[in-house]
Amino acid sequence: MKLKDKIILWSRVKSPWIIHFNTGACNGCDIEIVDALTPRYDVERFGMLLKGTPRHADVMVVSGPLTRQQAKRFKRIYDQIPNPKFVLAVGTCACSGGVFDGCYGVVGGIDKVIPVSAYIPGCPARPEALLDAVVKLITQLEKSAK
Amino acid sequence: MSKMQIPLGPQHPALKEPENFMLVLDGEQIVDATVNLGYNHRGIEKAAENRNYIQDIYLIERVCGICSHSHVSCYIGAVEEIAKVEVPAIAKALRTIVAELERIHSHLLWLGVAAFELGYDTLFMYTWRDREQVLDCLELLSGNRVHYGMNTIGGVRRDITKEQVDEISKKIKYLKERTSYYVNVVTEEPTFLARTQNVGKLPKDVALELNAVGPTARASGVDIDVRRDEPYFIYDQLDWKVITYHTCDVFGRAVVRVLETIESYKMIEQILKAIPEGPISVKVPWKIPAGEAVFRYEAPRGEDIHYVKSNGTEYPERVKVRAPTLSNFQSLPYCLKQGYLADAVITIAAIDPCMSCTDRAVVYDINKGERKTFDQEELRKYSIEFYKKKGISFK
Repeated sequence: MKLKDKIILWSRVKSPWIIHFNTGACNGCDIEIVDALTPRYDVERFGMLLKGTPRHADVMVVSGPLTRQQAKRFKRIYDQIPNPKFVLAVGTCACSGGVFDGCYGVVGGIDKVIPVSAYIPGCPARPEALLDAVVKLITQLEKSAK
Repeated sequence: MSKMQIPLGPQHPALKEPENFMLVLDGEQIVDATVNLGYNHRGIEKAAENRNYIQDIYLIERVCGICSHSHVSCYIGAVEEIAKVEVPAIAKALRTIVAELERIHSHLLWLGVAAFELGYDTLFMYTWRDREQVLDCLELLSGNRVHYGMNTIGGVRRDITKEQVDEISKKIKYLKERTSYYVNVVTEEPTFLARTQNVGKLPKDVALELNAVGPTARASGVDIDVRRDEPYFIYDQLDWKVITYHTCDVFGRAVVRVLETIESYKMIEQILKAIPEGPISVKVPWKIPAGEAVFRYEAPRGEDIHYVKSNGTEYPERVKVRAPTLSNFQSLPYCLKQGYLADAVITIAAIDPCMSCTDRAVVYDINKGERKTFDQEELRKYSIEFYKKKGISFK
């Protein structure tokens, strides 16, 4: 591995910045995501920082079933994230549509529109589950480079 | 300078939920504002008609993750009124405890989010750290952190033990100390005052006219609270007072919320001292007799109204949810007008908007750009026709 690649991998593994996107969630998963960012769980120790714009982010944290109104906009935001990009589907709704599967306003899980890197089930997913997914994602990233 | 129109949302770093605001700007000043809803519309009311009353409890709980107990209690209140069920005293007491714990968690969450919108991240981290204590209490009591699943038709699903009472009292004591610190921060901290005083003004007469509810209305001096005006659960047996404030701005709304938290601590302590004995629920048949009922409930954000109509089967014929945020949204364009763009986000946050509660039904024709609203019967006919075309048959 060249020195340039090593530096890129190091920066990628040490600072995976995230963007949070709500595709029509009930807020339950959103408050658990924010919970993971605040002192008790403190996901920032893995170098994760919540960013406002998709152009600064590496990881997209998505909560909620995909509503028809959001589907198009969601795809657009996803396309704006620079490569390589990763998607965490938080909660049963984001994984499969959950309790809202079959509702007329809901398309289904987010994997109908974009590829997903990690599924985190739970209604809502607990912050511990979120941390577990983050650790798995980072280890996977390290392994894939070798 | 010509006027400029900018969109805020549906994806915006300061808004945690999908919603869209069209702001017309003259320089830095907002001259007009429109609210566009519907990004979070999932179709819960229709889904509720296809599930039975017990299944609906868990569906309605997921109307909103922050005020899940409010929506469920409101729905169950209406169903129990139709079925004429007398709920045991201990169930009422436990429902009240969970309701007040939820109010504390919601208000602390709001304070953190408001501080975040102001760029005051220290307060954000402090409040969210302390909020964990409330979530611990809720987990101890119900087994879940967010969707409690505590309610069932005719009572509650879990009893409370002596150890739980002690643990909750201990945590409430700690939270009381921390909240008195937040009262000082909110009322004295120069950063907080500079950003919130005289921002998002909503005079009393306008608040009444535009149908503001909850802390938004109480901060404008409107003395309303369903818990006192039309008591449910055991609120009429408790000693507490309705908090109102007169400044009519974002600062007032913050003060009302923080002081309300202290009232909630008082209420929980009173209930924990004397928890009634007895069975926690009564049995209710699956089929609910025909009838209709409306239930009013004071959610953390304001008055929540549920309407349930039953037709004698185990499926409700209609469930209607009027969330507090929908009511508060009428006053939001007024608050935004004449303010500055930099204050727009905190003004929006000040009503504590909850889109997942609010987005019920609106139709927007993208091709024609027309907006149309349906009444219930029209919408029903439309939905049946729509699904018949897709080959789905109806009973």
